[in-house]
Amino acid sequence: MMPSRTLSHRGLKLAALFLLLLLAFFLDIALGPVRIPLPAVGRIILSFPGQDSSWQYIVDQIRIPKAFTAVIAGCGLSVSGLQMQTLFRNPLAESSVLGVTAGASLGVAAVMLAGGNIATLYTIRELGISGSWLITIAGCLGAAGIMLLVVVVSKTVRNNVMMLIVGVMIGTITLSVINIWQYFSAPELVKDYLLWTFGSLGGVTGSQLYILGTVTLAGLILSFLSSKMLDALLLGENYARSMGVTAQRARIIIICSTSLLAGSITAFCGPIGFIGIAVPQMARSIFSTSSHRILIPGCCLIGTVLMLLCDVIGQLPGSQTILPINIITSLIGAPAVIWIVLSKNNINIYG
Amino acid sequence: MSSGLNLLETQGLQAGYGSRRGPHVIIAGPLSIDIRPGELICLLGPNGSGKSTLLRTLAGLQPSLGGAIDIMGETGGMHRRPAQLAKKISLVLTDPIRNSNLTVYSLVALGRYPYTGWLGTLNEDDRRIIAWAMEMTGIASYSNRKIGTLSDGESQKVMLARALAQDTPLMMLDEPTAHLDLPSRIQIMQLLHKLARTTQKGILLSTHELDLALQAADELWLLQKGGRLDRGIPEELVINGTFETVFDKEGILFDKHTGTFHMHSGGLKKIGFSGNGVAAFWTKRALQREGFEVTDEAGGVCVEEGDKTVWVWESFSGEQRFTELSELLKALRNG
Repeated sequence: MMPSRTLSHRGLKLAALFLLLLLAFFLDIALGPVRIPLPAVGRIILSFPGQDSSWQYIVDQIRIPKAFTAVIAGCGLSVSGLQMQTLFRNPLAESSVLGVTAGASLGVAAVMLAGGNIATLYTIRELGISGSWLITIAGCLGAAGIMLLVVVVSKTVRNNVMMLIVGVMIGTITLSVINIWQYFSAPELVKDYLLWTFGSLGGVTGSQLYILGTVTLAGLILSFLSSKMLDALLLGENYARSMGVTAQRARIIIICSTSLLAGSITAFCGPIGFIGIAVPQMARSIFSTSSHRILIPGCCLIGTVLMLLCDVIGQLPGSQTILPINIITSLIGAPAVIWIVLSKNNINIYG
Repeated sequence: MSSGLNLLETQGLQAGYGSRRGPHVIIAGPLSIDIRPGELICLLGPNGSGKSTLLRTLAGLQPSLGGAIDIMGETGGMHRRPAQLAKKISLVLTDPIRNSNLTVYSLVALGRYPYTGWLGTLNEDDRRIIAWAMEMTGIASYSNRKIGTLSDGESQKVMLARALAQDTPLMMLDEPTAHLDLPSRIQIMQLLHKLARTTQKGILLSTHELDLALQAADELWLLQKGGRLDRGIPEELVINGTFETVFDKEGILFDKHTGTFHMHSGGLKKIGFSGNGVAAFWTKRALQREGFEVTDEAGGVCVEEGDKTVWVWESFSGEQRFTELSELLKALRNG
C-alpha cells in the first residue's frame, strides 16, 4: 500500500544524504591545521604511489582515524537518542539530557582519578588494548547504572516534563560526585580529566578505534534487531504488551544497547551532547516515518553527516585552533532543542 | 473444567490492585464468568466500580489477585506469555497515542506484530488482513494520514482497525465510544455487533452508554461497587430489576417501558396526558423534564389538526389550546 512515490522520494533522499556524507568525509580529512587539497586526499585514500609523505602521514595516522571516530560517534549517539526517545516516549530524551552521559563520565572519572598518577587517560590509552577496554567498560557500566535508575524512575513519573527534570537532576548529582572527586585529586589528573570533558574526536587511534568500532557496532546491531519491538513501544507499554512484547525484556535490551553506544563513545570522545536529540528529530521529518527499520539507518546517515560537519566547523578553516567538538554540537544542538519545543509547543505530544 | 466452547473462562477470579502498604485492594470478584464465540458483551457499571481494572486483569495487563483465568486453554494469569496471548486477545485501550508521526496504515500494520518476522516485514496475508480491517472500520480513505491529524472518532476507528488486524478470537475494548459523538458511537457499536456475528469473535467492551449497550449487547455484565457482578441478556436484567438497582442514584429514574433513564428533581407533581405518535412521545419527555410524573388520567391531550399538532389542556379556567409545545410548558410553569 506504500505509494511508490514515497519510496522513490526516500531513495532520492538517501542518495542525497550519502553524497553529502562522502563530501563531509573528504572535507573533514582535507581540513585542519595543515590543509590538504581534496584531489590529494582522494589519491592518498586510493593509495596512489608517490604522494607527499607528510600529507600521507597526516591523512593515514590522524585524519582518517578522526573521521572514522566521527562516523562512529555520529551513528552511536543518534541511535542511542532515538531509542531513548521511543522508550520514554519523549522527544527530548537523550543520553546527555537524562544523565546517562554523566554516568559514563563517572565511570571514566573513576578510572582516571582513582588510578593515581600512572592511570591518566594518556597512560591508559598507551596501555593499549587492556587500558582501552578498561575505560570502555567503566564508561558503559556508568551509563548503564544511570540508565537503569532513570528507567526505574520513569515507571512512576508519567509526565514528560517531570521526567526531564528528574533526568537533569540525576545528571547534576552525578556530576557533583565527580566534582567532589576532582576536588580531592591531584591537579595533573584533574587537568587531564577536564581536557577529556571538552570532547575530542582525535586521539582515538589504532586498536582503540577497533574497540570503539566493535562495541558501537554491537550496540547498533542490538538496536536494529529490536527495531520491530521499538515500533510497538511507540504505542506505549500496554499496547506493546498486548501485541506480544515482554516489557521487561524490551527495557533490558534498550538499556544494554544505549549503554554500549553512549558509554563507549563518551569514554573515548568525552561527553558530546545534543546529537542524540537533533538527529532523530531530523530523521523523522526527512523520512516522514516512525518505523525504526528506516529511522535507525537514517539516524546513522544523518548523524554521521552532522558529526563530520561539526568536526569541520571545529577546524575553523584558516586557523590553527581546533575547537572542542562538545562546544560545536552544543552550539548547533541547543537551538535545535529550542526549535523542537517551540514548534511543538507541547513536548507531551511526541513525534 | 473448560467446556472447550468458551474463549475465556474464570474461576473465582479476583481483580484489584496491589497496594504498597497494607493488603491488596480487591475491586471485583470472586467472579466466575465466561465469554463465548460470536458474543458481544458490554461491561457496565458506575464510575469507579472497577470496569477498567477487571478488563485489564482479564487481558493480562495486570496480575489477578486470586482465582484462575483460562483463555483457550492458556492459564497462569500475569505469567501468561505476552507472545502467546497476543494471538488470542487484542485490545483497544484508553491510553493516548502520543506519537503523531505514525501514519494510519503503519499503526494498523502494527497489529500484525505477533505474526511477522523479526524485522516486521509484511507478507501478502498480512497486507490482506490489514486492508480488510481498514475496510471494515471505514478508514481506508485516510490510510496515509498522520495520527496527529485525526479527530477522536477517526483515531478510535484506527485503534479498532489495529485490534482487528491482530486477528484474535477475543477482543477487549475499554470504553471505545468515549469522547465520540452520537453517530460515531452508534457506528462503532453496530460494527462490533456485526463483527461478533460474522467473525465469531468474542468481544468484551466496557462502556457508559447504557442505552446503546441495551440495544447491541448479547449479554450485559453489570459490575457494582463492592465487586458483585450480575450477568444476563439485557432484557432479562431489565425485567428482573437488576439494571435499576445497579444504577440507582438520587434524581435518576429508569423507565422499564422505554429502556431509558430520566432526570427528575424529586417531589413529583402528577399530570394527566394522553396522545399517540411522535408528538405525544416528545411531549411526555418535555413534561418529565419539567418535573411532572405523567399519568394516563384526564388532563391534556395532543391532537393533530391537518399537518399541525395542537395541545388541548383542561384547567379550572376552562379549556386551553396551544399550538406550540413551548407555550404549553410556559403556561404550566406559571401555574
